[in-house]
Amino acid sequence: MLRIEGLTAEIEGKQILKGIDLEVPKGEIHAIMGPNGSGKSTLSYVLSGREGYDITGGSVTWNGQDLLAMEPEERAAAGLFLAFQYPVELPGVGNANFLRTALNAQRRARGEKEVDAMAFLKLAREKLKKLHMSDEMLKRNVNVGFSGGEKKRNEVLQMALMNPSMAILDETDSGLDIDALRIVSEGVNALRGPDFSSLVITHYQRLLNYIVPDRVHVLMDGRIVRSGGKELAEELEAQGYGQASAA
Amino acid sequence: MNAVTAGAGGFISRFEGLRDRLPGAELEQVRALREEGAATLREKGLPGRRVEEWRYTDLAPVAQAQFTEALTAVGEAPALPAPRAPHRVVFLDGRLAEHLSQLPPHAAPLSARLEAAQDLLAADHGMPLVGLNAMMFEDGLFLDLPEGRDAGTIEVLNIAAHAERPIAFHPRHVIRLAPGAQLTLVETSTGPAGATYLHNPVYDIRVAEGATFTHVRVQREGRSAFQLSTIRARVAAGGTYDNFTLNAGGRLVRNEIHVTLEGPKAAAHMNGAQLVADGQHADTTTFLDHAAPDCPSRQTVKTVLAGKSRGVFQGKILVRQVAQRTDGYQMNQALLLSEEAEIDAKPQLEIYADDVRCSHGATVGALDPEQLFYLRARGIPAEEARAILVQAFLTEAVEGVTDPIAQAALEEAVSGWWEREAA
Amino acid sequence: MPAVAETIETVQSVQEGGYKWGFETDIEMEFAPKGLNEDIVRFISKKKNEPEWLLEWRLKAFALWQKMEEPNWAAVSYPKIDYQDAYYYAAPVKKAGPKSLDEVDPELLKTYAKLGIPLKEQAILAGVEGAGESPADSGRMPVAVDAVFDSVSVATTFRDELSKHGIIFCSISEAVQEHPELVREYLGSVVPQGDNYFACLNSAVFTDGSFVYIPKGVRCPMELSTYFRINAKSTGQFERTLIIADAGSHVSYLEGCTAPQRDENQLHAAVVELVAMDDATIKYSTVQNWYPGDADGKGGIYNFVTKRGACRGARSKISWTQVETGSAVTWKYPSCILLGDDSVGEFYSVAVTNNFQQADTGTKMFHIGRNTKSTIVSKGISAGRSQNTYRGLVKISPKAKGARNFTQCDSLLIGDQCGAHTVPYIENRCITAKVEHEATTSRIAEDQLFYCRARGLNEEEAVGLIVNGFCREVLKELPMEFAVEAQKLLAISLEGSVG
Repeated sequence: MLRIEGLTAEIEGKQILKGIDLEVPKGEIHAIMGPNGSGKSTLSYVLSGREGYDITGGSVTWNGQDLLAMEPEERAAAGLFLAFQYPVELPGVGNANFLRTALNAQRRARGEKEVDAMAFLKLAREKLKKLHMSDEMLKRNVNVGFSGGEKKRNEVLQMALMNPSMAILDETDSGLDIDALRIVSEGVNALRGPDFSSLVITHYQRLLNYIVPDRVHVLMDGRIVRSGGKELAEELEAQGYGQASAA
Repeated sequence: MNAVTAGAGGFISRFEGLRDRLPGAELEQVRALREEGAATLREKGLPGRRVEEWRYTDLAPVAQAQFTEALTAVGEAPALPAPRAPHRVVFLDGRLAEHLSQLPPHAAPLSARLEAAQDLLAADHGMPLVGLNAMMFEDGLFLDLPEGRDAGTIEVLNIAAHAERPIAFHPRHVIRLAPGAQLTLVETSTGPAGATYLHNPVYDIRVAEGATFTHVRVQREGRSAFQLSTIRARVAAGGTYDNFTLNAGGRLVRNEIHVTLEGPKAAAHMNGAQLVADGQHADTTTFLDHAAPDCPSRQTVKTVLAGKSRGVFQGKILVRQVAQRTDGYQMNQALLLSEEAEIDAKPQLEIYADDVRCSHGATVGALDPEQLFYLRARGIPAEEARAILVQAFLTEAVEGVTDPIAQAALEEAVSGWWEREAA
Repeated sequence: MPAVAETIETVQSVQEGGYKWGFETDIEMEFAPKGLNEDIVRFISKKKNEPEWLLEWRLKAFALWQKMEEPNWAAVSYPKIDYQDAYYYAAPVKKAGPKSLDEVDPELLKTYAKLGIPLKEQAILAGVEGAGESPADSGRMPVAVDAVFDSVSVATTFRDELSKHGIIFCSISEAVQEHPELVREYLGSVVPQGDNYFACLNSAVFTDGSFVYIPKGVRCPMELSTYFRINAKSTGQFERTLIIADAGSHVSYLEGCTAPQRDENQLHAAVVELVAMDDATIKYSTVQNWYPGDADGKGGIYNFVTKRGACRGARSKISWTQVETGSAVTWKYPSCILLGDDSVGEFYSVAVTNNFQQADTGTKMFHIGRNTKSTIVSKGISAGRSQNTYRGLVKISPKAKGARNFTQCDSLLIGDQCGAHTVPYIENRCITAKVEHEATTSRIAEDQLFYCRARGLNEEEAVGLIVNGFCREVLKELPMEFAVEAQKLLAISLEGSVG
C-alpha cells in the first residue's frame, strides 16, 4: 500500500504541495481531482522521483519502503508505474528495443530472469492485440511523430507489459477522443485485481465513468480538501471545484 | 620565424634532400606539383589559428612533434584482422603493401602508375597540408574504374606500424569513376596506442556522369596520433559522392572535405559522427560548392564529447549563381557529456542564386533530462539510460550507411565507446 | 486597420519613390581643419571645454588607433578610406547645445520638421499621425528627442519633465560638464578604447551623442530618442551614446538617422554603450536610414558602428531591435555581455539591401552568468546587386550554467544578381547550456506571389506584402510609431527590385 503523510514540496522556492495525507490500500483505485495549478502533476512527479522538486517535509512509503529515498528506476522496479501526461519523444530509440530493455532492467533489479527477444515479441504482440493496437507501434521510434492519442496508448502498452502493482495516471485522459479513452481505460481495468492499485489524476469526471474509483480526493492549492466515494466526482462535475470543495 | 613555420621547416628541408629520389622525379608534371607544394608550405607554414579556416584547431603540437618520414618500408607486417570483403588494400605507414593485399581489378599502387595518374593530381590551391602532401607523397591507391563497372565493396586498411620515433606519412589516393561506375570503399585507419605519428592523406576523387562513389571512413588512429586528411571530390552530372566519416581515434584529427558539384543533378552526402573522449581534438570541416543547377546536398554531422575534449564542426555551403534550384540541407548537432568539453560550430551559407532551398541547423546541449527521466521511470538505470540516449543520438547520423561491410566496421568502432570513454 | 490594407496603403504611399531624406540644409557651419592628427583631437576636446582626463583618454585612443589595422574579415568591400581627407568636426555656427527650443536656429527646426522629427514638446513623433495632437488625447506616449546635427547636439526636448523623475537625458558633451563622475565611470567600460579599429577612432574624435541615466526603480515615462543627421560635406560623424539603467529601472530608446544624397562616401563610426544593473531593462531600437548611394552604387554612408550592452545586474535585460535599410556599407554587431545571473539578451534585426548596398551585420551574445538567455532573430532581404551577410557569435563560458540561446536566421533573395550569406559561430564550453540555431534561405515563392496577384495586387505590392510578413517577428518588437515607419521604409528600399 501507498502511504503519504504530511508531504510538502516546492519548485524553485515556490511551495506547491502544502501537506498531503493520503493512503491507497492494495487493490484499490483512487482518483485525485482538482483544478489546474492545484498540484496534481507535481504529486505524480514527486511520487515517481523526477528531479527539480524539493521535498521539504513529510514521508511517502510504498509497502513499508521509503519511496522518496529511491531512484526513479528503483521505484519502477518496485512496481510503481507513471503514465506521463506528456510522454517525451526519443528519436533514434526503437520502441521494441526500449520496451524490452526497460522490462529486463526491472526484472534484473528484482532478481528475475530476463526475457529474450523472441519471448518478448510474443508477449508484446499479445498485449498489443488485447489493446487493439497494431504491431507497427513496435517498429517506430519511441513516441516520435506519434499523435497525442498514440502517445497515450503507448503509455498503456508499456503499463500492460510492465505489469506494475501501482499505476499513477497523470491526466492520461487529456486530449483523448472517446475511442482512445476507452482503450486506455480497458488497459487499466485489465490490471484491476487484489494486487493492483492505482492513483488516477484527472481534471474531469469523464475518465471515471470508465475507470470507476473506490475513492475520490479533491486537491486544491496543494492540499486534499475533501475525500469521498465515487459520487463525489459527479458532484464536482455538477457544481465545479469552488462549490464542491467548500461543502 | 615563428614556431608554426619552424614546424614546416623540417618538412621542407627533408624535401630538398629527397626531391630527386621521390616517386615521379622523372615526370616534369609531378616535379612541378611537388615544387608548388613546397612553395605553398614555405609561404604559409603550417596554418595557425589566425587563419580563419583554422581558428578552432591549433597545429602547434604537429609543429612541435618534429616528425620525420620513414625512408624505408617497414619489415614486419602487423597481425591483420580478418578481411571483410573479397578485395582488400593494405597500407603500412602510407605505402601500399601488395603482399598483404588482395588488389581489386583496376587498382594499383600510385607510385607505380604516376604517369597515368599525374593528370588527376590536383594543385594545392594554397592549402598548406595539401602542399605538404604534394611535396612528400610516396604512394597511395590509384583506382581507375572504367565505364559502367560495378566494383562492389573494397576494404582499405591504413595501418601505422612504426612506433619508435615520430614519423609522418602522406599518402595520396587517386580515385576515378568513369560514367556509370559504382564503388563502395570502406576505409579503416589504425595505429599503435602510444605511437606519435602523422597521417596526412590527400584524396583526388572524380565521379563522372551517373557514377556513384560511396566512401566510408572509419578513423581509429592511436590515441597519440595526428590525422589531417583532405578530400577533394568533383562530381559530374547525375553522379553521387556519398561520404561518411567516423572520427573516433587520434589525439588531434582534422577531416576536411571539399566537394564540387559540377554538373546538373550531381549529389553529395557528407555525413559523419565524431566520438571525442578525454585528451582528444576532432575537427570536421567541409566545403560544398554547388556549381551547377538542380543539385541536392545533404549533411548530418553529430559530435559526442566526453572528458576534457574539443570538437569542431565547420561546414560551408556555397551556391553559385548558376546553381539554380539547389536543394541544400545541413544539420550539425553536438552532445556534451562532460563539464570540461568544448564544442565550436560554424555552419555557413553563401548564396548567390535566388531559386534555392537551403537550410542549416545546429544544436548544442547535454542529454535531455526529460528523456533521461522517462527512461529511468521505466526502470532503466541511469548509466544504461545515458548509453541508450547517446546511441540514439548517433543513430541518425549512421543510419544513412547501408552497406553491410561498412556497417560492421562502424559498429565495431562505436560499440563500447560509451563504457570505455564516457560512463 | 487590418495588416493587409495597411501594407497596401504603405506600398502605394511610397510609389513616388526615391530617398526623400536626401536634401541638404544650407546653414553656416564651423569646421575643424581637414585631416586627423593629435591637434585635431585636442581641438575637439578644447571646443567642448573638456576636462583634462577626457583629453588624455582621447589621446590614448588616438595613439592606439594609429597602431591598429582596419579590419578586413567582413564580407564587404569598399575603396580604401583616406582618413586625412575628411572633417572631424562640423557644427552650426550659432551656439548649439543645451538651451531652450526657442533659441535653436529656425533653419534647424525646419530641417527636423522636414525629416518628420518636430522638436516640439507636445508633439508625438511625426510622420505617423497629425503632430500637435497632445499625447494625452492620442493615448500615445510622447517621445523625447535629442537631435544631433553633424558633430553636435542641437536640441533635447522634454528635459524638465524627465528631470522630475531624476532621469538625465542630454547630449554627452553636456553630461561631461554636468555629470562628469557618471561619464568617467562608464565611458569605455563596455567598449574599451582599443576594442576595434572604428571604436578606437571614435574614442579619439567623438564629437557628441546622447547620454541617458535612469535612476534606481524608475520606469521612464516616455520613449527617448536620438535623431542623427549628417548634413555637411566630407564630414565624418562620430557620435557616442551612453545609457545607464540603474537597478530596477526601465527605458526604451529609439534611434533614427538620415543624410543628404551625395556622390561621395561619408563615414559614420558610432559607439553605443549600454549598462543595465539588477532588474533593469533597456530596449534599444534603431531605424537606420543613412543615404544608401544611388542605383549605380555611387555615394552613400559607410556605417561602421560598435554597439554593445552589458547586463551587469542579475535579471537585467537588454534588447536590440534594428531595421537596417540605409548605408552603402554596413558593419555592425549590436552585442550583449550577459554577466548577471538570469540576465537576458535579445537581438531582432531586419536588414534590407538593394542596388549595390553591402551589409555585414549580426550580433554577439556572451553568456557568462548562470541561467542567462539570449534570442536572436535575423531577417535578411537582398535585392538588386547587393550582398547581405548575417554574422553572429554565441559564446558560452563554463560558468554559464543553464544558459540558453535560440537563433533564427532567414534570408530572402529577390533576383539572381544578389547574395545572401549566413555565418554563425557557436562556441560552447558549458555542459548544461543549450544552443539552437536555424537558418533558411529562399526566394519569394511563386505561388505566394501568384496568390497575391490573383487577388489584384501588382507585383511590387505583392512583394511588399510578403516581405512585411517575412519581417513581422522583428517589426512587432519596435515601438508602434517606429513599426509603421519601418514598414514604409522596407517598401521604399525594395523599389525597383522586381519586374
